[in-house]
Amino acid sequence: MTQPTEPNRLQLNEQGRLRHFLTLDGLNREILTEILDTADSFIEVGERSIKKVPLLRGKTVVNLFFEASTRTRSTFELAAKRLSADVLNLNISTSATSKGESLSDTLQNLEAMASDMFVVRHSQSGAPHFIAESVTPKVSIINAGDGRHAHPTQAMLDMLTIRQHKGHFEGLKVAIVGDILHSRVARSQIRALNTLGVDEVRVIAPNTLLPVDIESLGASVFNSMKDGLDDVDVIIMLRLQKERMEGALLPSEHEFYELYGLTTEKLKYAKPDAIVMHPGPINRGVEIESAVADGPQSVILNQVTNGIAVRMAVMSMAMSGQTAAISTSS
Amino acid sequence: MTALLDVESLLVEMCDDLKEHLTTKKIDSPCVIGIRTGGVWLASYIHKKLNIKEPCGELDISFYRDDFTRIGLNPTVKPSSLPFETEGRDIVLVDDVVMSGRTIRAAMNELFDYGRPASITLVALIDLDGRELPIQPDIVGQKMALKDNQQIKLKGPEGLALEVTEK
Repeated sequence: MTQPTEPNRLQLNEQGRLRHFLTLDGLNREILTEILDTADSFIEVGERSIKKVPLLRGKTVVNLFFEASTRTRSTFELAAKRLSADVLNLNISTSATSKGESLSDTLQNLEAMASDMFVVRHSQSGAPHFIAESVTPKVSIINAGDGRHAHPTQAMLDMLTIRQHKGHFEGLKVAIVGDILHSRVARSQIRALNTLGVDEVRVIAPNTLLPVDIESLGASVFNSMKDGLDDVDVIIMLRLQKERMEGALLPSEHEFYELYGLTTEKLKYAKPDAIVMHPGPINRGVEIESAVADGPQSVILNQVTNGIAVRMAVMSMAMSGQTAAISTSS
Repeated sequence: MTALLDVESLLVEMCDDLKEHLTTKKIDSPCVIGIRTGGVWLASYIHKKLNIKEPCGELDISFYRDDFTRIGLNPTVKPSSLPFETEGRDIVLVDDVVMSGRTIRAAMNELFDYGRPASITLVALIDLDGRELPIQPDIVGQKMALKDNQQIKLKGPEGLALEVTEK
């Protein structure tokens, strides 16, 4: 599948409102801030005894996961349910596609069931974009991670977590550490951080785990934790995506941990009030020391909680944009 | 733009009426909740005047609007704040203007998501002609009818004043 080239032609409606959520490419600061503000207002819903609001009552959301996921799928499911939508979790490995049905036929069947939103995770970059091109105007597509391309809701929940703890983006130095090469999360994070106006985005990794075009995305490259973490406000650790590694990109996990694992000692290179983030799942002793992952500077579990609020925000904004687009065209 | 009606004197009369209403209903420990934004300003006044023990609650009904898919979400929604249990309590719900009744419907839907109140007394500063739902305030400051091209807005929170503007 090809990389999407004009994401906003698809993901914004005629009024410039979100209609699909495929990538952060091309989305301006106002829309990203609107997502964060809306997510902020949904946090309180998760603290109520009845954790539901009726915004998507009567709507059907299909979690269409072509790639395994527990955390992302669960938080999307909870987000949809807290918006009062009906949720269908489609396990692709046991669905008709494994019996030979084409993706288009599967989608048409789901549309015929009057689905309103597909949350799509796929190992191929551009798959949600392709699906958004294919579906009827009555369906919104939310990208829950595609190949090495984008994971926009993960990036936005990270932005919400940073804003909660730092209050602003201006003047911040943010380091992203680890397997940048295979990380769709890192690409979306770099895009979001630059759009929201941080001072500097750094990536810290061995050259074998860095894509060649990384500096063109707006990140400065460091190969040493000492230099890269110097004076940073936010440290985002990434998971080593061993399942995506096709060759021997690392001498050993042990050596990676020695050089790039975040330990209590290496954390001291950053500002004393720096926060530590990780999109999960964590490989303890590979990317991060347990004492840091569970320590006072870790906001990893805040990220998980914020994931529900951000996904509620994106789903409700896309559904509102979809309805506006349909009423304009009819 | 026209400023009209003395909000302060309307509020004094409304508080007297509300006291009498609560006495008749044998309600001695109500909770006061204002609907954002104007309703919160009025609720704060009523809360103080009636010397209510519980803190004043604030309700933001944005997530419960029935026109969300047409107008979208307000990104500056602030969380509702109900610093008391609503289950089994007598609620005094305050809004600045009641017209279609849809805001009050949304507010009641939200209140019931926090618990089942024993009763809800509805207080509105202005009752405009134009009801679309069978919802009527118990206490009203002033009944009014506007022309089609007019709208009314409560200005505040300091020096509360009502303004009628052309759309």
